[in-house]
Amino acid sequence: MTAEVPIPSYGRPRGVHPPLDFSGYRSTGLRHPKKPLVLLPQRLTEVTGPLLGEELITPTDSDLTMQHGGEPQGQRIILTGRVLDSDGRPVPDTLIEIWQTNAAGRYRHSREHHPAPLDPNFTGVGRAITDSGGNYRFITIQPGAYPWGNHYNAWRPAHIHFSLFGRAFTQRLVTQMYFPGDPLQPLDPIFNSVPDPKARERMIAQFDIGLTQPEWALGYRWDIALRGRDATVFEDEEDE
Amino acid sequence: MSELITPSQTVGPFFAMRLPWPDGPFVVPEGTPGAITIVGRVFDGAGNPIPDALIETWQADPEGRFAHPDDPRGASASGYRSFRGFGRCPTSPDGSYRIVTLKPGPLPCPGDEGGTEAPHLDVSVFARGLLDRVVTRMYFPDETEANAADPVLSSLPEPDRRATLIAVPDPASGRVLQFDIWVQGDRETVFFDV
Repeated sequence: MTAEVPIPSYGRPRGVHPPLDFSGYRSTGLRHPKKPLVLLPQRLTEVTGPLLGEELITPTDSDLTMQHGGEPQGQRIILTGRVLDSDGRPVPDTLIEIWQTNAAGRYRHSREHHPAPLDPNFTGVGRAITDSGGNYRFITIQPGAYPWGNHYNAWRPAHIHFSLFGRAFTQRLVTQMYFPGDPLQPLDPIFNSVPDPKARERMIAQFDIGLTQPEWALGYRWDIALRGRDATVFEDEEDE
Repeated sequence: MSELITPSQTVGPFFAMRLPWPDGPFVVPEGTPGAITIVGRVFDGAGNPIPDALIETWQADPEGRFAHPDDPRGASASGYRSFRGFGRCPTSPDGSYRIVTLKPGPLPCPGDEGGTEAPHLDVSVFARGLLDRVVTRMYFPDETEANAADPVLSSLPEPDRRATLIAVPDPASGRVLQFDIWVQGDRETVFFDV
C-alpha cells in the first residue's frame, strides 16, 4: 500500500559531534558504550518525530527576565537566531528549551553546590517555538562561569543549554551555546570534546550591535543547524 | 553538508531545571484503556544506577502509524487524540524511570524494502557524561514471530545481544514491562547509529 511511497532520510554527520569516550571529561568514563554502535537504517520511526507546539508555551517562557516579581541581576541580553537544517532550510514550528545559570554562575537546582548567590528573580529556564522562517528569540541575562569538579581549578565557560527537536527523531539535538571571547573556552574539556575547531566555533554566538537595543540590552545571534534531509528525498511534497 | 551542523554537547547535571515536564512520562494519560507501563533502570559501566539520566521515547500508535507529515499513510483514522507518541522521564536516585503508553502496532518498511517492523519504541538516553545522546530500541516480549522477522533484530552483528532490546514482562502484571538500559559493561545494551 502507500507505505511504498519513499520517505525522507537524514544524513549522518561524521566528525561533527564529540566522541562518547573522551578522557578529558571524566564522567564519560563509565557512561559511554564500549561496543560499536549498530547502523540503524532510517525507517518510519526515525524520520518522524514529536511535533510539539504552541500548547506548551506561555508568554513569559521566552523572556527569562519577566518570570518573577522583579528584574534579575546581570547583563540583559537579547538572544535570537534561526534553526536550520544542514542544507540551510529553516525548521519552522519546532520547540526549543533552554536552561542556564544566573549572573553569578549559579544554577537553581538542588544538587548545585557552588557558593554563589541565588537570584530570587531568576529561574534560568525558557521555551520558544520557531516561527515559519525558523526564527527564535529569547530575552535573558548573561550567565556566569562556574567551577566544577572535573579537574583542579576547573571552570565551565559561560553557556546556555539548548534542547531542540527538529521535525524528526533523527534531528533531535541537545547542545550548549557559548559566548564570544571567553578565555575559559580553550581550557574546557566539554567545549573541546568537539574534535573540529570549525565545529566548535559553531557553538559560539556572535555579538550583534544591530540587534543591541540602546539603553537596554546587548544582542547576540546564534543559528543552529540540525541534520538535513538527504538529496535522495522524494521531493514532490512541499516542506512548508 | 555536515560542515554546517551544530555539534552535540552533554545535557549536564542540571537539565532537570527545564526538561522534565509534569506530564512527560505520560504518552497517554494514566488510566487510558489498554495503557501499558514501561519501567526500567539505567546503569553505568560499574553497575551503578545513573540517577541523572533522561529517557525519551518515540513510537507509532496502536495501528503502527504516526501523526506526522512524513508518514505517507497519514494519521490513524481513529485519531488517538490523547496519544502524543513521545515520552520523557528523568531517572530517580535509584536510576529508575517510568513511561505510560499504548503498545505500538507493527510498521511497514518503507520504499522497495518490503517487510514489517515489529512493534517497538525508539529510546534516547541523555545524561551527564554522555556527550551525545545514545539511541536504543525497546521491543515486546509477546511478539516472538514479529520479532523474528524484524529487520533490525534479525540482523544484529552480535545476535547474542538481542535480548538487551526486548523488554521483560512483569510476572505480577500483564500491563507492566521492564526495560533496563546498561550504558556500558558486560550487559551493555545495543545502541544504534541513527
